[in-house]
Amino acid sequence: MTIPAPAVAGPGKTLAAKAPETAGRSPGRLMWLRFRRDRTGVASAVVVIFFLLVAALAPVISWLYGKDPYTLYGQDTPGLLNDFGYPVLPNGGISSEFWFGIEPNLGRDVFMQLVYGIRTSLLIAAAATVLVTTIGIVMGIVAGYAGGKTDYAIGRVIDLTLSFPSTLFIIAFMPVVENLFVSPDEETPVWLRAVTLVIMLTAFQWAGIARILRGQVLSLREREFVEAARVTGASPARIVFKELLPNLWTPILIQATLLLPALVTAEAALSFLGVGMIEPIPDWGRMFLRGTQVYQNDITYLMFPGVALLVFVIAFNLLGDSVRDAFDPKIKR
Amino acid sequence: MKETGPAETGTGSAAGRAAEPLLELSGLEKHFPVMGGFVFRRQVGRVHAVDGIDLTVHAGQTLGLVGESGCGKSTTGRLVARLLEPTAGAIRYGGRDIAHASRRELKPIRSEIQMIFQDPYSSLNPRHTVGGIVRGPMEVNGIDPPGGRDRRVRELLEIVGLNPEHYNRFPHEFSGGQRQRIGVARALALNPKLIVADEPVSALDVSIQAQVVNLLQELQRELGIAFLFIAHDLAVVRHFSQRVAVMYLGKIVEVADRDSLYRRPRHPYTHALLSAVPEVETDPAVESRERIRLAGDVPSPIDPPSGCRFRTRCWKAQDKCAAEEPPLVRLAGNREGHLTACHFPEAPTVHGEDVVLDPALA
Repeated sequence: MTIPAPAVAGPGKTLAAKAPETAGRSPGRLMWLRFRRDRTGVASAVVVIFFLLVAALAPVISWLYGKDPYTLYGQDTPGLLNDFGYPVLPNGGISSEFWFGIEPNLGRDVFMQLVYGIRTSLLIAAAATVLVTTIGIVMGIVAGYAGGKTDYAIGRVIDLTLSFPSTLFIIAFMPVVENLFVSPDEETPVWLRAVTLVIMLTAFQWAGIARILRGQVLSLREREFVEAARVTGASPARIVFKELLPNLWTPILIQATLLLPALVTAEAALSFLGVGMIEPIPDWGRMFLRGTQVYQNDITYLMFPGVALLVFVIAFNLLGDSVRDAFDPKIKR
Repeated sequence: MKETGPAETGTGSAAGRAAEPLLELSGLEKHFPVMGGFVFRRQVGRVHAVDGIDLTVHAGQTLGLVGESGCGKSTTGRLVARLLEPTAGAIRYGGRDIAHASRRELKPIRSEIQMIFQDPYSSLNPRHTVGGIVRGPMEVNGIDPPGGRDRRVRELLEIVGLNPEHYNRFPHEFSGGQRQRIGVARALALNPKLIVADEPVSALDVSIQAQVVNLLQELQRELGIAFLFIAHDLAVVRHFSQRVAVMYLGKIVEVADRDSLYRRPRHPYTHALLSAVPEVETDPAVESRERIRLAGDVPSPIDPPSGCRFRTRCWKAQDKCAAEEPPLVRLAGNREGHLTACHFPEAPTVHGEDVVLDPALA
């Protein structure tokens, strides 16, 4: 009547002898290995990293390129724009000096506008993503873990937020904010617009992630490892942070990578509708708006922000899908 | 093993009876509310999961708790581990009532009552290493064993028959039996005096069951831990427990020391359970025991039958059974400590010689 330990430990020991490093493959490490095998995922990751690098290195690019996004080159230098304000050279004025051409009327450099436009979009989208994710995690975990009346209350708030016509509300509310904080004879400060945008986007986006995490917590809460932690006397804080949260990083990461491109598009859409970032901050959505006004004479100016936005959003979405597949190999597309 | 069994029971119970019981449940009840109604949800009924049970577990002893699915065994185990708060009744542990103790009040007792769970796949956090899982209870309770927690973790892994070098691995790298050993190591991390084992082997295949049960038995003998062993497998319970309680629909119908219960069962339900144990008869000359087939399903615990709860399926039921609830008492012809709740008990005849059917467990 002895414990059959040798039989169990036997194969383990031979394994250990073969490989002295017995550190196990964590779920995160397995995910990384799966992700590296996914070609689409790696390719889109490269594209995304390229965009991030361009955004981060925008001043360096500007210095190397020798131009900035604010100077009105077309108006300062005669011969670049014709009498109607359109570029003289074909294809929107593309030349060895202005790689992506020049903006009609104002005559700014399109390449620099695009490069700095990534910064605007990414900063606003990233700030909103961080806020959305944080609020979503807190609300989702509280609702799922507390249950009962708290869950009910948060659940109804989530329903309300999700059913709210957010775009209409933002369009209608943006002038109100400006009237409240800025006197009529002043310019709207850029920071106010940026902060308002981030808060608005956050206010309407947190509900989705909160609902997903609530569901996850509901199913995790019933797992026996949570009860095992409670039997040892673990506090609710320890259960949430040490037992539940490590199991939630997967959905959080997936949601965040899908949320960021959605917010980039949302920000561009708001700028296009005239309630986004204001001049002179370069912005893709506003470039797009200007492009639609001049497309009959200068289609090239519409192409650059459109293609850039398209490539960025598709790459980020594909990355999000690949991350999800890598975490959850059982999901079949 | 079989020879030493009864002797062990004798010494175990004698030593136990002399001392104060480690755990004493009296009149323990747990009712779950059933909510219903449109718009305004209100309580429309109650599930009588555990409906007034009395049990005692002595230090170093194992009490087996058997019964059909849904009879309240697991709820009882969770009440003892205070994962649930009882509706009524008392849970006295070491002389202290912990039935309604708060998390803070429970703190000193937490380390003494631990639990082993049924499903080794859901009872280990997939994101923690084995070392982290076993270290967890020590971190929560601020225990610093001599030589450090890591050394203690390796020691515990070795005790449960795992390679201590595997402390860095994740649960998904282990088989079901190995995972259950990790669960055992976690339960042992706090040097508990009582372990509630909630069907610890029913999710494992038979050969692994024997290993895990033997491991638990070895641990009990060496560390003197008392067990509340919840199972539906009578053979496993018989192998492991000194005393056995049979539960039916939230009530204890019979409790006795192992040999009395398996050889001289008095309650018809115990008879039915014992006759349902599958049998491997190697001698064709020996006639197989007659199997008692219970008609129908277990009645709903939302609206349990009046009087004796087993009467709806009992072949001996009479009018008295519906009117009067039979008390859990020692019947004439029973050994001391053998209590039965039945108006018309079976004759105290010697039941089948042996119901240990799994050769691996014998």
